[in-house]
Amino acid sequence: MSLSLEEVRRVASLARLRLSPEEEELFAGQLSAILDHVKQLEELDVSAVEPMTHALAAGEATELRPDEPLPGLEPEAALANAPARDGTAFQVPRIIE
Amino acid sequence: MSAAELLRRSISEVGAELADRNVSAVELCDAALERVAASDGAIGAFLAVTPERAREEARSSDARRARGDARGPLDGVPVALKDIFLTKGIPTTAGSRILEGFLPPYDATVVERLSAAGAVSLGKLNMDEFAMGSSNENSAYKPCHNPWDLARTPGGSSGGSAAAVAARQVFGTLGTDTGGSIREPAAFCGVVGVKPTYGRVSRYGVIAFASSLDQVGPFGKTVSDAALLLGAIAGHDPRDATSSTRPVDDYLSGLERGAAGLRIGVPKEWFQEGLDPGVEQAVRAALATYEKLGAKLVEVSFPHTRYAVGAYYLIAPAEASSNLARYDGVRYGLRAKASGLREMYAESRHQGFGPEPKRRIMLGTYALSAGYYDAYYLRAQKVRTLIRQDFDRAFQSCDLVAGPVTPTAAFRLGEKVDDPLQMYLADIFTIPCNLAALPGLSLPCGLHPSQRLPIGLQLVGRPFDEATLLRAARALEREQGPLPAPAGA
Repeated sequence: MSLSLEEVRRVASLARLRLSPEEEELFAGQLSAILDHVKQLEELDVSAVEPMTHALAAGEATELRPDEPLPGLEPEAALANAPARDGTAFQVPRIIE
Repeated sequence: MSAAELLRRSISEVGAELADRNVSAVELCDAALERVAASDGAIGAFLAVTPERAREEARSSDARRARGDARGPLDGVPVALKDIFLTKGIPTTAGSRILEGFLPPYDATVVERLSAAGAVSLGKLNMDEFAMGSSNENSAYKPCHNPWDLARTPGGSSGGSAAAVAARQVFGTLGTDTGGSIREPAAFCGVVGVKPTYGRVSRYGVIAFASSLDQVGPFGKTVSDAALLLGAIAGHDPRDATSSTRPVDDYLSGLERGAAGLRIGVPKEWFQEGLDPGVEQAVRAALATYEKLGAKLVEVSFPHTRYAVGAYYLIAPAEASSNLARYDGVRYGLRAKASGLREMYAESRHQGFGPEPKRRIMLGTYALSAGYYDAYYLRAQKVRTLIRQDFDRAFQSCDLVAGPVTPTAAFRLGEKVDDPLQMYLADIFTIPCNLAALPGLSLPCGLHPSQRLPIGLQLVGRPFDEATLLRAARALEREQGPLPAPAGA
């Protein structure tokens, strides 16, 4: 199967990822080759198979912690890596005119 | 004893030297730091060395020992960490430019646990960007080289973790394994690597790639070193809801029980075309040794092996595309200049991600997008069930499964970089274990007859039965003797 450039652009837009024209060309070819390989899965009749929706086997012993508030990151620690901040907020480019 | 001799010792041996005060933790730390300084220019295992911190931890270790307060066999032992583990105040990049300069506000649980055991971390280790790769060539910072042959890959994604142990820079390391990222580099570098059962080791503070597959595990020169490190990091963590509350086995106590009576399943599909004859020869010889040691070889069949790579390269990218959505330039990491918010997201991700994360984000987004979900993602999840059932069926007639880790020994740097599908297909024997969420181990089983490169034997066990894997691995290690260190180490 072959992925068109338009389709590559649509997927990149869904992923909020800008691609250069060279990357669009490259990925159209490479993703098509990978999807061709993945086509193999269609050989299998999976109509009666349940999807594996969890990596832990059913009944594996896990524990939810009690629903009690616990201290989280202090604002300063949470903001320490912010590319831009305004007081105790992360600053982003203007959204509303 | 010379520094080089010390660094060739196992953890238990060097632990005895520390306990007898023949060497101090500071001396050991300095020896390891010197070894890193002398060798890492050629190898490239480290992304960051933290000598001041390491010496400080070593001094604390010596002080504890002087007070009679030593914490156990890892106290004062130099180790290092894949750069995927959050380390408070120490740069953590996951091998990506998008996290350049990021200083984590907390430690991963496994980092806390190693530190609590007294281990001395020398720094952060090279890896494929976001753990995506099988050769370490996707590191955004620098390549990593195999200590056995610098023109070859150490494997990936935990390439630095395997190379650092093989080059005798540190005594043990931690890595992560999503589709083979511990076992493959361990095999290529001639060291022991363990990928525990999903849920055995906490993923808290581990930068996420594919959350239903990621698992943390150790690298060591010997089976007992790997067992010691696994014991230190395993166990329930309330901060990871997928971590199991099962008690952790004592991995050391049963280690010397031998292989007699073990039923070892040999999947016939793991020995088919594409397997290098030199690798097959070494793996078959290891299986013959097990028979000699009293184990019983049982032929088993994994009919869905050939579908594993396809299922994995839908499931893992789908999860990755979701996990990597957090790198948007808002709270941490690279932010590109752009006029609007949406442009800022797209441009930051354009500049910050390298080719492999971009490729997987694209693949995963495609597989999850409207109209394709059932055909790709859902079908892959069903195939995942079939692969798990292959193992369930096999474990009715055997206690563990054995076969090759990789189809070939370490390939040359540059050999597969232009063909992602060929790179992905190199994971064919390691991926099924991740899809089935089982424990797997890679153990050196000799050198390739013509290439003189290490070859790994893979053992896969029942859920949470790491103890049997370690016991079986130790039996072979004891019989065949240790793999020599690579030249110069």
